[in-house]
Amino acid sequence: MALVVMVLALTSIRGTNIAYADEGDLETALRLLATKNFNDTITAIDHIVSSGAPHAIEIIDALGDRRLFVSETDKSILYRDVAGTFRDARTSEVVANPPAELAAIRINNRVRSAVAAARGALSLFDLDSQRRSEAARAVFAARDPALLSAVESALEREKEPDVAEILKLARAAIIVAKSDAPDNERIEAIEILRAYRGRDALAILGSLPSDTSEPIRHAAAAALSSIENRLALWRALENTWYGVSLGSVLLLAAIGLAITFGVMGVINMAHGEMVMLGAYTTYVVQEIIRTSAPGLFDYSLAFAIPLAFLVAGSVGIGIERGVIRLLYGRPLETLLATWGISLILQQAVRTIFGPTNREVGTPSFMTGTFQVGELAITWNRLYIVVFATIIFICLLLLLRFTTFGLQIRAVTQNRRMAGSMGIPTNQIDALTFGLGSGVAGLAGVALSQIDNVSPNLGQSYIIDSFLVVVFGGVGNLWGTLVGALSLGVANKFLEPYAGAVLGKILLLVLIILFIQKRPRGLFALKGRAVEA
Amino acid sequence: MIMRALLSGDAYAKWFVGILLATAVLVPALSLLTPPTSPFHIPASTLSLYGKYLCYALLALSLDLVWGYCGILSLGHGAFFALGGYAMGMYLMRQIGTRGVYAHPVLPDFMVFLNWSELPWFWYGFDRAWFAFLMVLLVPGVLAFVFGWFAFRSRVTGVYLSIITQAMTYALMLAFFRNEMGFGGNNGLTDFKDILGFPVQAEGTRAALFSASALALLLGFLVAKGIVASRLGKVLVSIRDAESRTRFLGYRVENYKTFVFTVSAVMAGVAGALYVPQVGIINPSEFAPANSIEVVIWTAVGGRGTLVGAAVGAVLVNYAKTIFTTGTLAPYWLFVLGGLFIFVTIFLPRGIVGTLQDFFARRRAVSNAAVQANGPVPQPAE
Repeated sequence: MALVVMVLALTSIRGTNIAYADEGDLETALRLLATKNFNDTITAIDHIVSSGAPHAIEIIDALGDRRLFVSETDKSILYRDVAGTFRDARTSEVVANPPAELAAIRINNRVRSAVAAARGALSLFDLDSQRRSEAARAVFAARDPALLSAVESALEREKEPDVAEILKLARAAIIVAKSDAPDNERIEAIEILRAYRGRDALAILGSLPSDTSEPIRHAAAAALSSIENRLALWRALENTWYGVSLGSVLLLAAIGLAITFGVMGVINMAHGEMVMLGAYTTYVVQEIIRTSAPGLFDYSLAFAIPLAFLVAGSVGIGIERGVIRLLYGRPLETLLATWGISLILQQAVRTIFGPTNREVGTPSFMTGTFQVGELAITWNRLYIVVFATIIFICLLLLLRFTTFGLQIRAVTQNRRMAGSMGIPTNQIDALTFGLGSGVAGLAGVALSQIDNVSPNLGQSYIIDSFLVVVFGGVGNLWGTLVGALSLGVANKFLEPYAGAVLGKILLLVLIILFIQKRPRGLFALKGRAVEA
Repeated sequence: MIMRALLSGDAYAKWFVGILLATAVLVPALSLLTPPTSPFHIPASTLSLYGKYLCYALLALSLDLVWGYCGILSLGHGAFFALGGYAMGMYLMRQIGTRGVYAHPVLPDFMVFLNWSELPWFWYGFDRAWFAFLMVLLVPGVLAFVFGWFAFRSRVTGVYLSIITQAMTYALMLAFFRNEMGFGGNNGLTDFKDILGFPVQAEGTRAALFSASALALLLGFLVAKGIVASRLGKVLVSIRDAESRTRFLGYRVENYKTFVFTVSAVMAGVAGALYVPQVGIINPSEFAPANSIEVVIWTAVGGRGTLVGAAVGAVLVNYAKTIFTTGTLAPYWLFVLGGLFIFVTIFLPRGIVGTLQDFFARRRAVSNAAVQANGPVPQPAE
C-alpha cells in the first residue's frame, strides 16, 4: 500500500535536478509555500527537493507533520524542529523570537503523497546507507523516469557497492522503459536486468512502452525468457524441496509402520498415537528443562530423542505383549484392536494434558531461515530432513548388519521357516513392534517442531502413513523411502495447480488407482510367503 | 411364503423379524396415540433417537453382509451411508423453497451466500422425490460397483483393501468439505422443512420415519438373509474362508465380491437417507474414517456373520454412547469404546449373538449326542 502511494507520488516530482544545489529553488519554494495554495505547495516540494539544501529533509518532514508555518506579518517561512525550537526555513537558523502571527501550512492527501515521494527521493542522499538502499529499492520498484537524474547523481556519489548495485538496477529499470533513451543504452539496461534475474525484472521487461523499437523488443524478450526459465527452475526446485521436506516427515511417520507391517502382517492403527506420545514426551522434557534448568533449553531435543524412543517403544512392546500377541494370524481383528488402543491413548493424553495444543519450543539453532538463490529454507525443515535421513540409514544398517536385523528379515520373508531355524519369532515380534513404535516416537519429536502438539496429532498423519506403506510395499525400507518421497513431492507439485485439498484428493485417487495395478505396492515381496 | 422359507430353522431371525414388525407399529402408536402424561408415552425426540439407532443398525447390517460373510473389511462404509444421506439432504434442501433465510426460489441458502447464480447440474432433479430416492440407491451403488470392480479384479485383499476403502472415505470427506463442491461445505445441508409434503419436525412425520426405518431394516435383513441363505451366500462364505481355493474351483471371485459389495453399499445408502431427516443435518464429518471404523465395532460387538447381531450391536453400542456422552461420563466414552474394540476382538470374537448361538448349538449338540450316541454329531452352523 505504502509502495503504491509512493509510486503515485513520485510522478509528481518532474524534471528536477538534484545534482546541483540552487539557492534560487529554495527561494521559489518558500515564496510558493507562502501562498498557502495546495497546488503551489506541491510545486514547492519539488523545488525544495531539487534545491539540494542540507536541511531540505527537515522542511519536508515539518510540512508532513504540520510543523511548517507562514508568518502572517512578513510571509517568511519557519519550521519547528523536533526539539520544539523554531528555525528559519531559508537558513535553518534558530529564531529566538518567533512572530506571534503564525499559520501552519495546511496539507491534504495530495500534498501528503508529494511529501512521501520527496522523502523517498531525498533518502537517496541520506547519510545512512541502509536508508539509501531502501530508497533505491523503492525507486527500482516504481521506476519513475522523472527520478532518472536523481538516481544518476546518487549513483555518482555512492560509495557503498551494495547500494550502488541497486541504484544501477533502478537506473536500468528506468532507462528500459524510457522511449527516448538511445537504443544501445536501453539494450545495456536490459542486460543489467537480465544479469539480475529477479522476479521483479519480469514486470519491467514485460511492460515496455508501445513505441519500443524491434531490436530492443527482441533483446527484452530474450532476457525475459531467460529469467522465466531460471525462475521456473527455482520454482521446481522449491516444490521439490517442500516435497522432500514433507516426504521426510511421512518417511519418519511411516517407516516404523512399514517394519511392523512387514514382519507381522498387521497394521498398527495406534501408530499415529506413538507419534503423538513422542511429541508429548518432547513437551514434558521441555517443561522440566524450563522449570529446572532453562540454560539447557537448546539441548532439550537431545534429551527428548532417546526418551521419546524409549517411551513410545515400551508402550509399543506393551501393546504387542498385551493385545496383538493374542490376535496372532487375524490381521483384520488386530487392526480393530489397535484402533481401540489408539482411542484409549488419545483420550488418556487428552485427560492428562488437556485437549488444547501444547506449546513446544524450537531450540535457537533450529529457528530462522537461510537463502539459497531464490529459495528460502527454514532450518527446522532442513534438520528434519537430516534427522529422517539419519534414522533411515540407521535402520538400514540395523537390518543389514545386526543379528536382530537378520532375524527380522528372516521372519518377514518366511515366519515358519525362520521359526524352524531357531529364531524366537515371538520375541522378534515384540522387539520389532517396540522398534517400530520407538521410531514413531522419534517422528513425534520431529513433528513437535513443525506441527501442533495436540491429542489429534497422530490422526492427521496416520492415513498418509498407511498410504506410504501401501504404495511403497512392505519388507523393504527402500520401498518406504520411495513411497514417502514420491507422495511428498507429488503432493507439493499438485498443490499449485489444484490447491492443497484438491491436490490431496487427486493423490488419494491416484493411489487407489495405483493399488489396482500393483496390489502389493511398488516394492512387493515375491515368493511363496506372499499369499500366506 | 418367501419369508417363511428364509427364516426356517433360524430362531434368532424369527424373533428379530417379529420384534421389528412390532416395533414398527407399536412404538409410533405409543408416541401418537397416548397422551403425554401417560407412562407409556414416547416423546418425539426419543422417537427420532431410536429411529437413528435403527438406521445405524441397517448400516451395521450392510457391513456385516460384506465383512461377516465375504471377509471384506470395509473401513469406508460410512461413505456410502453419507452419500445416501446427501442425496436425501439435497431433496430436502430443494423442498425448503422460498422459506430459506434468503428466500431464493431455487437456490439453497448456502449457494446464495456463496453468490452462485444458478443451480449446479448435479442438483437438477433433486426437487422430485422419486429422482432423489433413486439417487439414494444409485449413487452409493455405482460408487461401490466401480470401486469394487477395480479393487476386486486386481485382487486387492485384506488389510490393503481396508486401507484403500479408508482412503476413499477420507478423500470424499476432504472433497465435501470444499465449498466449491456445491454440497454446503463445512456446514453441510440442514434446516430442512418438509419431506413429501409433511413437516419434518411434526410428530406424525417422525413416527412415520421411525416406522420407515424399522421396515427398511426389516427389508434389508430379509435381502441379506436371502443372499446368505442362497447358493451365492455359500460361495461368499467360501471366499471368506479360502479365497484362492474358491477361485481355483472355478468361481469368479471378483464378481461375487463386487455384487455383494454393491448390494451392501445400497443398503448403507438407504440407511443414510433415512438417518438425515431424523437428525436434521448431514455434513462432511459423516465421511470421517473414524465413523466407518465405529460401524465395524458395532458389528463386531453384536456378532460378525450373524446379521441379527450386527443390528443388535449397533443399537446396544449407540445406546451406550448416548448414555455416556450426555452425562458426566462423557470424558470416559472413548475409553469405553476403545476398550470395547480390544475386549470384543480378543475375548468375544463371535460377538454377543454369535456367542449365544454357539452356546445353544453346543448344548443341543450335547443333548443330540446323548439321544443318538452312535450317530454323527451335527456341526454347529457357521
